[in-house]
Amino acid sequence: MTGSLHRFANPARFQRLARAVLPWCAGGAAVAFALGLYLALVASPPDYQQGDTVRIMYVHVPAAWMALGGYTTMALASAVALIWRHRLGDLIAQSAAPIGAGFTIIALVTGMLWGQPMWGTFWVWDARLTSVLVLLFLYLGYIALVHAFDDPERGARAGAILALVGWINVPIVKFSVDWWNTLHQPASISRFAKPAIHPSILTPLLVMAAAFMLLFATLLLLRVRAAIVEHRLRTLAMARARG
Amino acid sequence: MTRKRRRLVAVSVGMALLAAAAGLVLNAFRDSLVFFYGPSEALAKDIGPDRRFRLGGLVEPGSLGKAGDGVTITFKVTDGAAAIPVRFAGILPDLFREGQGIIAEGRLLRGTFEAKNVLAKHDENYMPPEVVDALKKSGQWQPETKP
Repeated sequence: MTGSLHRFANPARFQRLARAVLPWCAGGAAVAFALGLYLALVASPPDYQQGDTVRIMYVHVPAAWMALGGYTTMALASAVALIWRHRLGDLIAQSAAPIGAGFTIIALVTGMLWGQPMWGTFWVWDARLTSVLVLLFLYLGYIALVHAFDDPERGARAGAILALVGWINVPIVKFSVDWWNTLHQPASISRFAKPAIHPSILTPLLVMAAAFMLLFATLLLLRVRAAIVEHRLRTLAMARARG
Repeated sequence: MTRKRRRLVAVSVGMALLAAAAGLVLNAFRDSLVFFYGPSEALAKDIGPDRRFRLGGLVEPGSLGKAGDGVTITFKVTDGAAAIPVRFAGILPDLFREGQGIIAEGRLLRGTFEAKNVLAKHDENYMPPEVVDALKKSGQWQPETKP
């Protein structure tokens, strides 16, 4: 088990793997976005209650999923970095943070634009909205903390602990609508139940979700590749300065 | 035990303790994390006229009317078990209609809820209008039953 993990933790091997996978992710994202946006904005019907405003969902929901997915990626990579002391874990976590923060901002902004016409307000302090705002602050706090140390190793260690501790918020965001009364409606799609969305609206949503996931993978691979090169340059410069 | 194994155990135990702590805190604040009360809860808690709170439920079908001044709207908010009459003068959200889930913010004065603000809640169902028409025609349409 650890043997196979070590194989992927080798940065040179990761670079080769990333180079091979990257074009597929990027191409897939482009195709999925083209198809998804066509289905979402042109081909899909309006909702019986919300009319055309429902189309905001096709951006809002996938962005929110990736906001949670990005943080979980960050927490897993941080756990690997803390336990097995692989630098690659830190590099992946640090590369994922700004991307996840971006998706969180997209989810918050589109949610506000959706809330104003439908609920009658941009913002309320209910459990779902508040916990997503906390998620954004955790991302921003992580980014700030990692860069607050002169020694990048110590910054990475502190950041990894924050990423793990902050992960507690992810299930809170997910289940806030079930545990408490909120203005935000409960999830339409759950693993166990039949989705509460008609197929003509569900299909564009799932295509857009695939597009967002592939976009996340593309951006993450690009950033990790750059981070590995940067890390190597820094190590070389340090070695030269010492030698 | 190797150092890696020790770190793995430390991280796992730390996360478990943290989850337990978070669970206890959230459970303790359960009451203040609730965004609104349903009519039954609001009546059971017997909230006084000096306390502002949010009342959530469905607009009872057939209860929507206008007061004598022509501006104030009156309706009843129900959860199926209890209903509270609501008075509101202001702009209603687009989704407001009979049978719709709403959340009103205001005070309970002598059994009537004086709302300062009304928000609409929408449910987790998304369907094109033709499907709803077809469902209604075949008698399989189930309107909302809970807020």
